[in-house]
Amino acid sequence: MVLTDDGQALQTRHLGFTISPHEECGVEEAVRIVEAQGGEVVALTLGPAEAEDQLRECMALGADRAIHLVSDEQWDAQGTAAAIVEAVRAAQSEDAAPFDLIVFGNESADAGNYQVGIRVAYGLGLPVVTGVKGLTVSEGRARCEQEAAGGRDVYDVPLPAVVTVKEGLNLPRYPSVPAKLRANRKPIDARAVAPPAPRLEQLRLVVPEGQGKQAEVLGHGPQAAPAVVEVLQRLGVA
Amino acid sequence: MEGADDLSLQALTLARSLGEARPVRIEGPYAPSAWAAALVGAAGADDIVGPGSDRGNEVLAHVAAQLDLPFAANVTDVAGEEVTRIRWGGTLLEEARIHAERRLLTAAPFAFEATAGPVQAQALVPNLGDAATVVEHLAPETGGGISLSAAKVVVSGGRGVGSAEGFAILEELAGLLDAAVGCSRVVTSAGWRPHADQVGQTGTKVSPDLYIACGISGATQHIAGCKGAKKLLAINDDPEATIFGHADYAVIGNLHEVVPAITAELRKARGA
Repeated sequence: MVLTDDGQALQTRHLGFTISPHEECGVEEAVRIVEAQGGEVVALTLGPAEAEDQLRECMALGADRAIHLVSDEQWDAQGTAAAIVEAVRAAQSEDAAPFDLIVFGNESADAGNYQVGIRVAYGLGLPVVTGVKGLTVSEGRARCEQEAAGGRDVYDVPLPAVVTVKEGLNLPRYPSVPAKLRANRKPIDARAVAPPAPRLEQLRLVVPEGQGKQAEVLGHGPQAAPAVVEVLQRLGVA
Repeated sequence: MEGADDLSLQALTLARSLGEARPVRIEGPYAPSAWAAALVGAAGADDIVGPGSDRGNEVLAHVAAQLDLPFAANVTDVAGEEVTRIRWGGTLLEEARIHAERRLLTAAPFAFEATAGPVQAQALVPNLGDAATVVEHLAPETGGGISLSAAKVVVSGGRGVGSAEGFAILEELAGLLDAAVGCSRVVTSAGWRPHADQVGQTGTKVSPDLYIACGISGATQHIAGCKGAKKLLAINDDPEATIFGHADYAVIGNLHEVVPAITAELRKARGA
């Protein structure tokens, strides 16, 4: 991993962005529910202008429209949750209909704060279940299976509700070319937002020591097998 | 918090490094919002520290939402209001400053030594009220075989395996080594293996004595899941593959030739 000179971000000049695994499964699940039961899926993100690509990916998966809270700045989890609460309230008042289900990834791949979905639930006064790997929505309730030590814990909560999901909930589809083309024509409601003063302020990122080992080359091709077995024996696993 | 499990005892070590600590144990069915409310009631104006487990992070996030305070998840170091915490599944660290009168923290797994027991903990019984609570427990689906998280050896395959059927040679080697079979995210996304077999940041985090990575390039997502292995052997036909930078042992070659050769050599060594 290579950091930018100021140590505030990953050097992404030569990298592409994609939706994180948990969030991709969240979008897929929402689309499946709406395909089976009717309704509408709205994708929402907070991020720089380039994040529009991920919203297009969500709409290629089947989301109907998107809300983009546009900002280049650093946001902590509290600020992020507050902005999402405000955006959800605004969207609900414009449509005069509340969202039945608000789906988050359980934790973001990069920041790993484990809290934005929970804070949004409190902000909206809704029940929340996290770590969801099985979801059934029917008759105004959500049955949520949460991975737990030795199996799964099941929760049953009334809608509207917030759920935060994990990869493995489903296997997201590969969007077809027509679906991608349709996604380019779907509407995105983009509005600029500015972060409040952070209360968990990122000072800098650090690459931990001990990365970049020098591996012992045991050989090339199948001829390496005797050397590998020797290592297995030395490690006591053969 | 969840009895004297190891992650809780590590969190207690962190708590004691901050000052006088009052360990508590929460009793009754798991209900995160109610557990958090009980903690908030018991803590007064003190800092609150929990384990960096799924439940620890969940309960502390509820505490933070109830108190409208910042929460630093998975910290590895604390000095006053400055913390170091893990990002990208532990492949990157963040140094951050908490702007609040109290600190809400979870201890990153295995960043602190566990406090040696026995520990006297105050029992808290939450008021469940109408909190979302566990209504049923489902036993794990029995996949048979050795569990990934407990295995001493993991034989894992990536894109290079090429197909679901390609895993047969990994299964065979794993059978000889009493190993579990794992895979990378590419494999589960392609539907070659179930998600339960995925090793990675969004799959299972493993800590075997030996991790054998076959045809795995070494994306950050995957390294976050296997960096707990004591030793890593990588087999890859691309000598520039990132995985070699994380490996103790390397075999440069096509896994479809190398893995059966290892299996045959192992059988020979055992005189079978």
